[in-house]
Amino acid sequence: MKRLFWIGVALLGAYALGGIALDRGETVNALWIIVAAVCVYALGYRFYSAWVAANLLSVDATRATPAERLNNGRDFVPTHRWIVFGHHFAAIAGPGPLIGPTLAAQFGFLPGLLWILVGSVLGGCVQDMTMLLLSTRRDGRSLGKMARDELGPVGGYAALIGTLMIIVILIAVLGLVVVNAMKHSPWATATVFATIPIAILIGLYLRNIRPGRIIEASVLGVSLLIFAVIGGGWLNEVPSLAAAFDFDGLGLAWFVMGYGFLAAILPVWLLLAPRDYLSTFLKLGTVVLLAIAVVIMHPDIKMPAVTQFIDGSGPVFGGKIFPFVFITIACGAISGFHALVASGTTPKLIGSESDVRMIGYGSMMLESFVAVIALIAATLLDPGVYFAINSAGGVVGATADVAVQTISSWGFPVTVDQMHNLAASMGETSLFARTGGAPSLAVGMASIFSSAFGNGFLGVWYHFAIMFEAVFILTTLDAGTRVGRFMVQDLLGQIWRPLGETSSYPSVVFASAVVVAGWGYFLYIGVIDPNGGVNILWPLFGIANQMLAAIALSVATGILVKQGKLKYIWVTAVPLAWLAIVTTSAAWEKIFSTDVRIGFLAAADDMATKLAAGALSANQAAVAPDLIFNQRLDAVLTVLFTLVLWVIIVDMLRISRRVLRGESVPPSSEAHYAPQGSGAQVPA
Amino acid sequence: MKGRLQHVWQWLRTLAGDDAYERYCEHQQLAHAGTPVLDARAFYLEQQRQKWSGINRCC
Repeated sequence: MKRLFWIGVALLGAYALGGIALDRGETVNALWIIVAAVCVYALGYRFYSAWVAANLLSVDATRATPAERLNNGRDFVPTHRWIVFGHHFAAIAGPGPLIGPTLAAQFGFLPGLLWILVGSVLGGCVQDMTMLLLSTRRDGRSLGKMARDELGPVGGYAALIGTLMIIVILIAVLGLVVVNAMKHSPWATATVFATIPIAILIGLYLRNIRPGRIIEASVLGVSLLIFAVIGGGWLNEVPSLAAAFDFDGLGLAWFVMGYGFLAAILPVWLLLAPRDYLSTFLKLGTVVLLAIAVVIMHPDIKMPAVTQFIDGSGPVFGGKIFPFVFITIACGAISGFHALVASGTTPKLIGSESDVRMIGYGSMMLESFVAVIALIAATLLDPGVYFAINSAGGVVGATADVAVQTISSWGFPVTVDQMHNLAASMGETSLFARTGGAPSLAVGMASIFSSAFGNGFLGVWYHFAIMFEAVFILTTLDAGTRVGRFMVQDLLGQIWRPLGETSSYPSVVFASAVVVAGWGYFLYIGVIDPNGGVNILWPLFGIANQMLAAIALSVATGILVKQGKLKYIWVTAVPLAWLAIVTTSAAWEKIFSTDVRIGFLAAADDMATKLAAGALSANQAAVAPDLIFNQRLDAVLTVLFTLVLWVIIVDMLRISRRVLRGESVPPSSEAHYAPQGSGAQVPA
Repeated sequence: MKGRLQHVWQWLRTLAGDDAYERYCEHQQLAHAGTPVLDARAFYLEQQRQKWSGINRCC
């Protein structure tokens, strides 16, 4: 009976996927995408993850976990697996899986969908589960520490530098997405601004009024946030008030930098922690709501399965389908950042090793599903509208007339009236060139919500979606700046000890300023770039994130080789090889391509030539030197990412070769086996 | 029915971390009876400090 059920799931999945992939010119319904995704996940979880857990990882339910052995009632606490699942999912799911698939939709819905499904089931989920188990077996040690222990200091430093660089690029691109969503939109700006006093209010409530009562505080806070969305709409109706919240990109960029700096130096209970509670609450609620709404609405997908832009000429970002679809969608398929979370708080909560599969593999599956939903929200829009929102003025033409003409000439008809009406119904003045993915996702979400839960309120749903994205982007920005600060303090402390003291206020301020200046620079350049900036920063982030995934998989592969798991090593080695190929070829193209929309150096040289020949307008000439320098810096960074990647791969291969030859290697850092129930230090 | 609702509520409290202080007190009682216990606010602040000194949010 059970076997019959799984055969049924396999057949249904194959039928749905086949139907989608062999699309016979009819439109595909989103429901088929959901069915295909759910079947792939179900099969991956039931069979592949079980096989990997049993054979490669030798998960042992009789082994005491650090939560049991080191239980201290605070961070090491054996916790029910569904609760750990909730915490882990909330920790790994950020804005990444919403933005990547939206941008990659320029290739059509099929390439992104296939990569999200295959990448997660064979890559991302496996990486997360493996890291979670390895860290659980090592008392919850971090990726960097495991790299140092198991491979040696070279691998350890590579992991540390890689992590710091990815944090800087990640925050810059997320900051840019928020800025682009708020630019000249009083409603969005007022709503996002309002989230700050609301978070502080909740912080004071949780500290002074009812310490630790998180549920009631979150309900209160989320109600206030919804009120802020509606209030933003009223404010938008009053011209004098609306004008007060109408900022250009640069003004907002300075605001985001100031905000990030404050959030990093203020006590966590005041702003960071309460904002995170609100964003987690919203995140879980909205994801569930969105999934239900997509099923109720079951929209037709209007984007073709594959567009002509797989040849690299796409307006959202330049580059062919290989390797750029695999770089653009990182989170949702495989995300190196997860390895940092899976080797942090989560392993200290796991009550039994047998929970690792559900928590590691399962959470990533759910995140991948979020990416599928985001892809649906982007591709149910008229393609013309999608391209009009996501293409920068520098690519399709700065005025509305030119932009619609360019986009329509590609075979994706759209008119100025259509865009104008859409913007008006969303409560915005214009939706042209709102790059970064957030606005087009918000339009998609607004149309899903309003058609599933009753028509009307499009503007409210749109700004709810913007607020929802902004809240968790700002949470990542705060948390990332703070973590970056600790890493900078750690590094600086090795040069001059007083700079490393985490409790010294001058050192905190200095290190925070260094981190904010780091990402603030890239944010600033992104804002002044007439091509939108996202098309430069997002691929850089994708390369960095996949590099981190490759580091995590290298560490895992090295450890598993040392444990004698050579027979099954392809489970981590194949995704590692794929990421190495994808990341290296993307880096190669970003550095050496002669296409000015892809190659950093080509773009810099092209602009320098035009600047020297006086072919740029006064405005363009004013920012050109900054942009030229930035493109060259981006090329250097890309080289660095690639170097870090290969250093760690070579280090892993070196260790593996020593193992195979029977030479000495760093000893295993695994904690000694203790049977469950015996290691608890809690006297009865 | 009431029991089930209570169960769900308790589950939600654990998920959100509402009962973290209760569980901490219980643990202190069991493992370190007689040693001083933090009050609710001090525990909450300590918990936040610890939570936000590592990477626990992602992209």
